[in-house]
Amino acid sequence: MNIIKVYGSGCANCKKLETMCGEIIQENNFNAVIEKVTDIQEIMKTGILSTPGLEINGKMILSGKLPTKSTLVHWIQDNIN
Amino acid sequence: MNLAKYAAMLVKNKILILSLFLLLWILIYLNLTVFTDFIVYSIAGLEKDMHLTSAIWFFIYEVPKVLLLLVLVVFAVGIIRSYFSPDRTRKMLGGKSLLTGNILASTLGIVTPFCSCSAIPLFLGFVQSGVPLGVTFSFLIAAPMINEVALVLLFGLFGWKTALLYMSTGLIIAILSGYIIGRLKLEKYVEPWVYQVKARQLEMAEEKVFFTDRINAGMDAVKEIVAKVWIYIVIGIAVGAGIHGYVPENFMAGLMGKSAWWSVPIAVIIGVPMYSNAAGIIPIVQALLEKGASLGTVLAFMMSVIGLSLPETIILKKVLKLQLIGIFIGVVATGIIIVGYLFNFIFT
Repeated sequence: MNIIKVYGSGCANCKKLETMCGEIIQENNFNAVIEKVTDIQEIMKTGILSTPGLEINGKMILSGKLPTKSTLVHWIQDNIN
Repeated sequence: MNLAKYAAMLVKNKILILSLFLLLWILIYLNLTVFTDFIVYSIAGLEKDMHLTSAIWFFIYEVPKVLLLLVLVVFAVGIIRSYFSPDRTRKMLGGKSLLTGNILASTLGIVTPFCSCSAIPLFLGFVQSGVPLGVTFSFLIAAPMINEVALVLLFGLFGWKTALLYMSTGLIIAILSGYIIGRLKLEKYVEPWVYQVKARQLEMAEEKVFFTDRINAGMDAVKEIVAKVWIYIVIGIAVGAGIHGYVPENFMAGLMGKSAWWSVPIAVIIGVPMYSNAAGIIPIVQALLEKGASLGTVLAFMMSVIGLSLPETIILKKVLKLQLIGIFIGVVATGIIIVGYLFNFIFT
């Protein structure tokens, strides 16, 4: 099972990213679950400076901005098994 | 075709399209008065020198003007910001001494992409990696206070002098407040866990960024920011238009004028808990100024609304003790009040 983590303490972009990931998983039948991480200490441990942060299977993909949906599809595709 | 050639071609096409846009932009901008006169007097057939006409004229002229300026500046700032990132800023600030660090942090606060919802991770990331507390605060004060939306509105509604004035006094407040907070040695008021949690070293591959990506970043910024603030600008200008047309000249002179010495602190006290962005507040402020409010008072009001917002400060309570938040607000508010008096004193 692939794990996609969305880091963010509740800003608009963080929620948007989570929704986008969910849609992509459904549309493409990816075998993955989304975890939303809102705890500030947990966010801090990742080393990112701005939210939202996106981590796929333990690899930090981006932080601080919202990707376009097509970019996001590629990232997820490339990083899951 | 190799990648570099392809990228160069894309840039060429984009630059061509952008130049056409720019030409159109200049054409509209320079003829706004003519358009407005045409709509108000010829099409709507309104009489000159009436309250309603004056309010409507103001609205029809200001909304497109401010939106045009906004699109242009946000685009340019979007491109500039693509050269900066919070990570790079942090690296530049590491190991800088006080004052030099404060000056650099305040300046970088203007150009580093920053969203107030990221204030905490950013604060933590800075402090942990050894950026001094005072320097971090300089960044956190400058980043929201001096933003492109505020500068555009000030330039559009008041002229370049006021915009420059706002920017330079904002910078000075951010530099000095951060410096003072640094000198006070307030590290003990930061929640202890902040210094204990070890962040893992983050290795994100730096992608090759072509100039087309930067142009895209500029366009994304326009989409995002204009979509977010246009409604505030329209409402703000509508309220401003009402004041412009109906409130008598010098109405505000007694209340917010220079003669009323207490007006500056009162403006700040009212402004701090107010939660509004630059887009909503500046058109109203412009109308107040026109009706006799003094520049210093208005500037102080504006800075305290935009730069010091209570809800955003309260978010920091997760990582800072109340004493430090109190000192932070106190120092910045004092700075704003001093600026307010200074301008009331200079512009007589």
